[in-house]
Amino acid sequence: MAAIAHDTTHPTQTHHEVTRDVVNTLGTAGRGYMLLLGGAVFMFLIGALTFVMLLKDGLGLAGYNPPAFWSVYITTFVFWVGIGHAGTLISAILFLFRSPWRTAVYRATEAMTVFAVMTAGLFPIIHIGRQWFFYWLLPYPNQRWIWPNFKSPLVWDVFAIGTYLTVSTTFLCVGLVPDISAARDLMKGWRSKVYGFFSLGWRGTDNQWRHYNRAYLYLAALATPLVLSVHSVVSWDFAMSIVPGWHGTIFAPYFVAGAIYSGVGMVLTLIIPLRKALKLEHMITEYHFDNLAKLTLLTGSILFYAYAMEYFIGWYSGNTFEQTTFWRRLFGPMWWGGWTMVVCNAFVSQLFWFRKVRTNLTALFVLSIFINVGMWFERYVIIASSLANDYLPYAWHQMRPTWADWGILLGSFGWFSMWFLLFARTFPVVAIQEIKEQIPMPRLRKGGH
Amino acid sequence: MARTVPGVLAAFEHIDAACDAIQALRAQGRSGFTVYSAAPNHELEAALGIETSPVRLFTLIGGVTGVLAGLGMTFWMSLDWPLVVGGKPIATVPPYVVFMFELMVLIGSLATVAGVIILSARTPTTGMAYDPRFSDDRIGIFVPCTGEEASKVERMFREAGSVEVRHAA
Repeated sequence: MAAIAHDTTHPTQTHHEVTRDVVNTLGTAGRGYMLLLGGAVFMFLIGALTFVMLLKDGLGLAGYNPPAFWSVYITTFVFWVGIGHAGTLISAILFLFRSPWRTAVYRATEAMTVFAVMTAGLFPIIHIGRQWFFYWLLPYPNQRWIWPNFKSPLVWDVFAIGTYLTVSTTFLCVGLVPDISAARDLMKGWRSKVYGFFSLGWRGTDNQWRHYNRAYLYLAALATPLVLSVHSVVSWDFAMSIVPGWHGTIFAPYFVAGAIYSGVGMVLTLIIPLRKALKLEHMITEYHFDNLAKLTLLTGSILFYAYAMEYFIGWYSGNTFEQTTFWRRLFGPMWWGGWTMVVCNAFVSQLFWFRKVRTNLTALFVLSIFINVGMWFERYVIIASSLANDYLPYAWHQMRPTWADWGILLGSFGWFSMWFLLFARTFPVVAIQEIKEQIPMPRLRKGGH
Repeated sequence: MARTVPGVLAAFEHIDAACDAIQALRAQGRSGFTVYSAAPNHELEAALGIETSPVRLFTLIGGVTGVLAGLGMTFWMSLDWPLVVGGKPIATVPPYVVFMFELMVLIGSLATVAGVIILSARTPTTGMAYDPRFSDDRIGIFVPCTGEEASKVERMFREAGSVEVRHAA
């Protein structure tokens, strides 16, 4: 793959071509797709089997040992919640900012958000040990009338993630309705009937558009602060404690920037092969990749600054525990994790200053993998290194992940990929109606509006 | 099968022609006609003189309900079984802002979607003539009318530049 062939800042197709090209991506799948889907299901089954073993034998199978009781599962939870953030940023925040480049990519990223948060939602349940009591986190009237502790960040998290999953799913479904109706009208036979059912009677009347447009605007306005709040709440799971390396006031913006950085990385990993597989190269162009890469540069640079600040404050605090924690992150037993995080996030993001990198698909794809790896390691380093070496040196014990940790991690990638692949063949991955909004309709008379 | 509404259905390829037809219909004092389009369009909205949708009221009511639900739930549940945890006050605002905010977004969003469904259902489309090309690249206008009136509307559509006009039973 060389530099991208098309350089269009505006769609050049006609309305009919847009409908045809996107609707053609639905339905019958090729062998390559089935192989990928088979691989995803296989990975998911490994995760499911590992989970059955955890149910049977308990969390002892995973590398849980005092003092590190949060490790790979919570790392992966934060990783997947973070992945979700880019989708809502692109679909809601950039909608409010009227960024034209979001249109071609936002549907795929929004779907990514929903499936990533769905994946993340499994982890607190996997992690709690007695998984069958997960409902204790919900405020329901139990027989002793004891309620959850609303001052606990973990209960904040339940509400934040629950709201995020519901609202992002709602946002995705609302955006899909007009596009499903376009698929209904272009398809024949039973397929038309199925899409007709899911189009909820949408016909694109002036009355429907009038309510829809307003609703979409308000949904975007509600989703915008939600994106910023969710990862802030996740960061407070750590920052509200007094564990060295966690107790920092920069955690909320630091985590939000990291989440968007990792999310855009995953968007690149998914969209680069997707546009080729679905033959959408003329719709998702250099212009979109350039802008996605600029977003990565911005959030990666914020992350770079946050890393520098974290180390600076660790040193400047004069607090031995903070100083030791940050020293050990780079030069202690987990140095490999610490350096992976710094190199993949802080340094790799700086390569996006160069336009040649931003518009080269091969480079973007490879770097996006580095971003995914780096951001997983960031969470692992923050969680495992701080817990393994806190205030009492006699209690220090390094975290050693086991096959049960890796099995669940692999399963989560399988679960996520399975849903994304199924979505990509079932629903329009490019927002038909929003692309059409950018294409001027033909006129009888010369001159414009 | 729903009963078919009798009327005239026109398809337009050109946006200015469709806007002319809408303005002509409005000049004749007609209301109750339906315009179909594949995507929202500002010119169509201007020609139709569309007012802002009241869906924002649903958002507001949902959002306020969410804040009050978050406030009520956390305070009531904390005071219902007063348990001191970590020396903190039994019920206090700062940590509970998270619940008020999250429930504002949650109920506000769901109320917005409910608003679209309820408001759209007030003007049902069942029985009205439709063409699959309206979700592709044509603008459609359907005017419920019969007899002589229908012929007048058809003539007007053709003069405005419609590419196709047909009568629905």
